[in-house]
Amino acid sequence: MSATVPVKLIVNGRAHSIDASPHHTLLEVLRDQIGLTGTKECCAEGECGACTVILDGEAIDSCLVLGVEADGKTVLTIEGLATGDRLDPIQQAFLDHGAVQCGFCIPGMIMSAKYLLMTNPRPTEDEIKEGLAGNLCRCAGYSRIIAAVTAAAETPGTK
Amino acid sequence: MSIGRSVERVGGVDRVTGAQKYTADFHVDHVLQVKLVYLDCAHARIDAVDTDEASRVEGVRCVMTAADFPQPVPKFGPAIVDRPVIADGVVRFSGEPIAAVAAETEDAAEAAAALIRVTYQELPPVLSVGDALDPAAPLVRDPSTRKDDPLAETNILEAFRFGWGDVDQADAACVIDRHYEFPMVTHFAIEPHAYLAAPDANGVTIWSPTQHPYVLQRVVAAALGWPVSRVRIIAPDPGGAFGGKGWPKFEPLLAYLALKTGRPVRLVLTLEETFQAVRRTSALVHARTGFDGDGRIVFQDLEANFLIGAYADIGSRVVSKASYAGCGPYVTPHARVIARAVLSHTTPSTAFRGFGTPQASWAVESQLNEAAKALGLDRVEIRRRNLPAKGQAFIPNDTPADGDWPAVLAKAAAAIDWSSPLPAHRGRGISLGIKSSSTASASFALVRLHFDGSATVVSGTSDMGQGARTVFAQIAGQEFGIPTDRIAMVMGDTSVVPFDSSTSASRSTVFMGNAILKACRHIKSQLRTIAAATFKLHDADVVVGDGVVRLPDRELSFVELLKAHFGPPRGELIGVGEERNAYVPGHPLGGSPAFWELMCASAEVEVDVDTGMVRILRIALVSDIGRALNPQQVEGQDEGAAVMGVGHTLMEHLLLDSHGHIRNLGALDYRIPTVQDIPLHLESILVENGDGPGPYGAKGAGEGGILAIAAAIGSAVNEAAGVSIRDLPLTPERIWRAIRDKKIEEAPSALHEPATESRLT
Repeated sequence: MSATVPVKLIVNGRAHSIDASPHHTLLEVLRDQIGLTGTKECCAEGECGACTVILDGEAIDSCLVLGVEADGKTVLTIEGLATGDRLDPIQQAFLDHGAVQCGFCIPGMIMSAKYLLMTNPRPTEDEIKEGLAGNLCRCAGYSRIIAAVTAAAETPGTK
Repeated sequence: MSIGRSVERVGGVDRVTGAQKYTADFHVDHVLQVKLVYLDCAHARIDAVDTDEASRVEGVRCVMTAADFPQPVPKFGPAIVDRPVIADGVVRFSGEPIAAVAAETEDAAEAAAALIRVTYQELPPVLSVGDALDPAAPLVRDPSTRKDDPLAETNILEAFRFGWGDVDQADAACVIDRHYEFPMVTHFAIEPHAYLAAPDANGVTIWSPTQHPYVLQRVVAAALGWPVSRVRIIAPDPGGAFGGKGWPKFEPLLAYLALKTGRPVRLVLTLEETFQAVRRTSALVHARTGFDGDGRIVFQDLEANFLIGAYADIGSRVVSKASYAGCGPYVTPHARVIARAVLSHTTPSTAFRGFGTPQASWAVESQLNEAAKALGLDRVEIRRRNLPAKGQAFIPNDTPADGDWPAVLAKAAAAIDWSSPLPAHRGRGISLGIKSSSTASASFALVRLHFDGSATVVSGTSDMGQGARTVFAQIAGQEFGIPTDRIAMVMGDTSVVPFDSSTSASRSTVFMGNAILKACRHIKSQLRTIAAATFKLHDADVVVGDGVVRLPDRELSFVELLKAHFGPPRGELIGVGEERNAYVPGHPLGGSPAFWELMCASAEVEVDVDTGMVRILRIALVSDIGRALNPQQVEGQDEGAAVMGVGHTLMEHLLLDSHGHIRNLGALDYRIPTVQDIPLHLESILVENGDGPGPYGAKGAGEGGILAIAAAIGSAVNEAAGVSIRDLPLTPERIWRAIRDKKIEEAPSALHEPATESRLT
């Protein structure tokens, strides 16, 4: 197998130094090397959004970024949203509105919603739909997800 | 009181924080990673498999082909044992594994898999009903394995015939005779299938996101030739299942790999492999429906060919169950249903939400719309005239109508302002859907009431997002008068949980719910006995309520009574409950359904007549639910199922190339609804009359929402654009072509656009 490359990255505020294979994606690095399995793999081609994380302030599909490309960067994953037992308002809103069924798409969905509200704190319904258009859900029918994001945007302290 | 309230999902916090562990998230020490090897064609004779180079890849520990298994290669299947654990000389669908590699890393397994050389002869594949029923067609299944089967020399696995009265003698004023097509679609659970297997002290442990742990145990044990006690199934919550994770697929293969290597083995399918592993059966339905002059059904004459795949899986049961109730929820004096499960060189079709009913419903409900038009009747009115009253049988000698279905219909019509005027290019449609629930099946449950008044519920149901865990905790919470956070739920491990038939057919709330309710009441009867003994009373003097024990002179809590009874050593009460629907020999389905799952969907759409694009303005869903134990979860099921129905109605369709390989393999090329495809307004209305057989009058939910979507939207498109399309999905191209063809038909000279040719995608 190919030689590994040293990679330093900050994930959810914590510094990690790892040796990454150059062909492994950030998704594989997060799940298999750092042990953060909250980020999910589904299509592995940037179409379903299940692996969405925030990389240096931008929402990305972590299956489309190589681990080595994340060297020196800061990653926020689903595991980094809650503070202790206090959920992020988006997480709480997803629970309150019944937006979660099987839950497999939810980490990616919430990270896309997080990025949306970071960049557009008061989105319209159309803007929410555009912001989540790259995240597939097969369970929930989406309408409760829209309601959750709308409610989170109206919650003080969401950013 | 917990029942009837939308309490927060049990396990919800783990699902929003990333803590929920799905099968691929489990870490197992010393695990080997597995990759499978396939061909790009659906039908081939395998002459040789060269694994030498693959075996030499660093890190590879085992390569298995058919030659490495006991001979003949073991077969498996939940109903018919016809599928080899690994392809044995013949490949019968693109996606059937020829070899399996187990290596220390995924990279090594993948590299080795790419080095396996298969010498094979491609053979002509059977890819459609037409192909399969051609007398000259190759036989998908070896006839020598179908002894005493009159259909052995055909591609028909099973043929079913249901009916009553005499269709040929029935006299109808109006007969609608049409052909309908329902496409091959895939489940597309966001979690691709994943499996682990490891040898253990008793035999083998399998981790699989299965809906039916006890079916998997039985099938794996049979494939190994072992008693079921030696196979332990751990079933982590599925990340979406929809029937696709019901019946065993690669678990028997993984069991053999684990036993051969003596190590844990792990296989995580790609989404593309998942597409090749599970799908819904397509169907061609020829419907002849006779009506009298008032729009009352005189007869229904249905012939349906379901294109199941290369192996039986649960395909025949899908065909028989859907066609048995294929005439819909309507009083039909004369009925004849002929349905065939047709083998083909395609991915074995399996259960998929609705279990064959959406296919039948598309035809039967569209027939009513055509009849309404022919007879000058309103589409709501023609349905009203044919629905049975509550208590009236609509399939002779079977479970009668168990709800006020005309009221359901009326609510769905009212919810979209059925009779109000519409602007141009808009239309409305309405459809009912009915599904037979579980017939012969059994659920067993254990409930433990601990000394501090908290409780543990032990159940073999799988929580795949429908919220079974939440509803079961609500039932125990209600019975014991405690909040759901005082109740632990234990599920998904056959070494711990008692037997359950399956998590399917919208049965869990009713069957497992009743088993848990009975287990709770078993504990309450023990509390009564204990109270009488402790306080020297007669049993009749003690009343056990929800959380309190009432004696003639005072009340005490469960905890106070348990303390008085057990004293310092402490202890617990164990309740057992079972709910069974007995097997009925001679019944076409092995038993009558415990309840009918009935849904009415109404839709309003707008069609862009220049492009054929459909915009769904609203969908209303009315379900006859008996009682919603958790309304938010029931509504969520109905809405999610409806949007899934929008998928097969407007966009989803697996396409095969001439070799039988799926052309639109994966998320880029196979479209499912996104957040931008949903109706602008989606409303779920629950009819709660407490008339179900489940706890507190509940019926099942979960599948209803998908049953009636296609015909409701199809009828709305017909009204909006003036075209009838009987083949799903209603893609923009199909609608555009239908509009163009109609224009040509009405005024051939008025059409100036050139007739461009392009292929349907």
